[in-house]
Amino acid sequence: MDIYEILFWFLTVVAIGSALGVILSRNPIASVLFLIVTFFAISGHYILLNAQFLAIVNIIVYAGAIMVLFLFVVMLMNLNADVEPQKGRLLQLAGVIAGGILFLVLLSALKNTPVINVDKQANDLGLIKNLGRTLFTQYVLPFEISSVLFLSAMIGAIVIGKKEGSTEVKEK
Amino acid sequence: MPIQYYLFLSLALFSIGIMGALIRRNAIIIFMCIEMMLNAVNLLLVAFSKLHSDASSQIFVFFNMVVAAAEVSVGLAIIVMMYRKVHSVDINILNRLKH
Repeated sequence: MDIYEILFWFLTVVAIGSALGVILSRNPIASVLFLIVTFFAISGHYILLNAQFLAIVNIIVYAGAIMVLFLFVVMLMNLNADVEPQKGRLLQLAGVIAGGILFLVLLSALKNTPVINVDKQANDLGLIKNLGRTLFTQYVLPFEISSVLFLSAMIGAIVIGKKEGSTEVKEK
Repeated sequence: MPIQYYLFLSLALFSIGIMGALIRRNAIIIFMCIEMMLNAVNLLLVAFSKLHSDASSQIFVFFNMVVAAAEVSVGLAIIVMMYRKVHSVDINILNRLKH
């Protein structure tokens, strides 16, 4: 068992454990923090898979931007474990069974696939140079379209988040 | 490392995300579970990228993150708006489309 496998199992346990923490903890802030831990573990997996650029982007975009946004919203609404709505036991059991059955079905469908080893050899596939060349030659049109998507998301967020009063004044 | 391990790991994360979306009533937690499912798919895409030595799927993960960021900004704006109206993020209150 070399260092690669030890790191793999450690990151796997951390990822799944904190993912369970997200859905099981009563306090929404604890859920957000557990999700950040999950994202860091997934970033560690990216580094093991030689996707260094994606690992950094994952930390910056997910742990840095998106989760801070979630944390802001949770704190803005003053959510805590006392006001946390809970589903009934029966519905929770049904949800767990549904998710577990999906897991089992996919697991049994995938367990007989031929074993192919991901080689541990480092390659420069996930470095910025290689990815940037692919992005700006082969995928330049989707890249530009995603910029339009971002612009529309930005405008949409502002329009939705605007106070009602300002539109009413305009209508009068 | 066999590719199956990565398959099972991302499968487990995806299933946990689905379970969370089913058993919780807080809209923000459900949103976070959706993010977790997206990340499970991203992890699998990166593993396959390494397996086939193909950079395209890493670009796909990149676009996945772009879509997730846009989705979160709009979705959280909707949740904040909802909270302003009904002072709750409980999804059981938000069933007005039924009536």
